[in-house]
Amino acid sequence: MSSSPRLVEVRQNVLKQNDLLARALRRRFADAGVFVVSLVSTPGAGKTALLECTLKQMRANGLQVAALVGDLATENDARRLARSAAPVKQIVTGTICHLDADMVQQALDDWRLADLELLFIENVGNLVCPSSYDLGENMRFVLMSVTEGEDKPLKYPTIFNTADVALITKMDLAEAVEFDLEAARENIQAVRPGMKTIELSVKTGLGMDQYFEFLSAKAEKRLVGLERGT
Amino acid sequence: MHELSIALSIVELASEEATKRGPARITALHLRLGELAGVVKEALLFSYDIACQDTPLAGSQLIIEDVPVVIFCRRCHAEHTLESVQRFACPACGELSADIRQGKDLEVVALEIEDAVEEFVT
Repeated sequence: MSSSPRLVEVRQNVLKQNDLLARALRRRFADAGVFVVSLVSTPGAGKTALLECTLKQMRANGLQVAALVGDLATENDARRLARSAAPVKQIVTGTICHLDADMVQQALDDWRLADLELLFIENVGNLVCPSSYDLGENMRFVLMSVTEGEDKPLKYPTIFNTADVALITKMDLAEAVEFDLEAARENIQAVRPGMKTIELSVKTGLGMDQYFEFLSAKAEKRLVGLERGT
Repeated sequence: MHELSIALSIVELASEEATKRGPARITALHLRLGELAGVVKEALLFSYDIACQDTPLAGSQLIIEDVPVVIFCRRCHAEHTLESVQRFACPACGELSADIRQGKDLEVVALEIEDAVEEFVT
């Protein structure tokens, strides 16, 4: 005797567990009055350099800042960022190519969120995998450096779609690599219409005022309970 | 590649569902996969077989329904299926739109379950 298979409806989101954790984190961040920004990009686009500079500036502005840094194998980034004197913790993911909400939650275990005002989460350098995971952040920056070419958004539309702001980094090299800024802007708008874009160079300081102003304005809004709408 | 962890989550979710229904063997799993889910179909299919080993899903088939991106066009006041994720523009009038109504899906829709019996005809 054999029975014919029956169809059982399930209708469950595969990432439900992560989404629930992320939602709980977002609520904790809101309750503690901390604004959370995550950074995604390819390896080497300048996340750590930008973050080092950002931590210093935000501290100088009198904000209580901290950072969580994801990396596959090393703790080099955390050491670099610790030079800013802000609290920094490395999340070594081993073979895992992205951060998830659970890793963030565990890393925050021994931190008092109420002491913070601005928290950065640097994801593992990867433009594919991090797009599936909500980390509970209020805002996500996607970085693309001029050396990567202006068609990055067309190659990775999904990650651009999960991000809120695009930062074009290493603008000091734009001329040397014949970077077509107009084309890059067009490509970003094609995959994510209306996306806020800032061009900058950590090295020369180009665009950094605009970036810091934008960031400070967003961070201040946390006081009136701004939350990421997803 | 994060498809293996996605596959493990799928198998875990399905195993729980199956366990609720007593001893049974899952022969197929139906999944909705959005074009903006950030998951590569081929990598997921490959990972699925590995993730199924030593579970009630061993040997089961993963049936994927591709879900295209649907945007809402303000100018047409209607939903439209996107022609390409490289361009979020209304296929009817060309207006750009970031109002995504569908395409991020990653959902286990249904399981095909065979109740445990003495012998199986394969």
